[in-house]
Amino acid sequence: MSETSIEKKARPLSPHLQVYKPQMTSVLSILHRACGIALALGIFLIAAVLVSAAIGEDAYNKVQGFVASPIGLLMLFGWSVALYYHMCNGIRHLFWDVGYLFKIQNAYKAGYVVLLATAILVAATWYCAFNMVGGV
Amino acid sequence: MKLKWEDHGIKTPLGRARGLGSAKEGSDHWMSQRITAIANIPLVLWFVYSIVSLNGASHAEFTSWLAQPLNAILAILFVISIFYHAKLGAQVVTEDYFHGEAVKFVKLIAQKLVLFALGIACVFSILKIAL
Repeated sequence: MSETSIEKKARPLSPHLQVYKPQMTSVLSILHRACGIALALGIFLIAAVLVSAAIGEDAYNKVQGFVASPIGLLMLFGWSVALYYHMCNGIRHLFWDVGYLFKIQNAYKAGYVVLLATAILVAATWYCAFNMVGGV
Repeated sequence: MKLKWEDHGIKTPLGRARGLGSAKEGSDHWMSQRITAIANIPLVLWFVYSIVSLNGASHAEFTSWLAQPLNAILAILFVISIFYHAKLGAQVVTEDYFHGEAVKFVKLIAQKLVLFALGIACVFSILKIAL
């Protein structure tokens, strides 16, 4: 590019992330994004199940075999945590978007509600999953 | 009378020449992310309920479940909403953390195309099973 392009000089940076003590609000915020990334990757599994079912029984059974394997179940468990956390904290974000929960105590309280709701939803889901085997 | 392209407001001539600046679509991404987020809530709950109750389902059981019109419709809505939401989120993450212009550009286009292709594959699969 010519000299009219925006030049990128090596500017000194003020210390950021690493000098701050992790706070509940910042940790939950980072976690929200991390879970979002995990869920975007988890979307591949949804596609694998649907496409394999459309291809036929053999392909479907292969994907099911992977999902039911120990590593598949571990991925599913992590997925359920990420899904519920991202959903609950997403609702917290929607409250912020319409102007609520901005007081710092309320932001914290809602954060604890999100964590509690995530734990309850994950536990309830896996309780049902292990007690409804084979039931359609 | 002033022509539209003469009204350049506070931009410097250099700024205009570079062609950067507002594309007048600033709130579209933000709003779409919220709308798909709201849609995702009931759809995800339905999806989790469904996969839990389909636990251990055979191919025949799964396809006959998906072939029911209500399930097929909800599955298509679910797929469109989550894929669009994922595309919007992945775009923001890439824009925030990838600073090399070339890498960022390629990654933005690649993830958009991959998610679009996967979304189409999912919708087609649902329709093939349901119809």
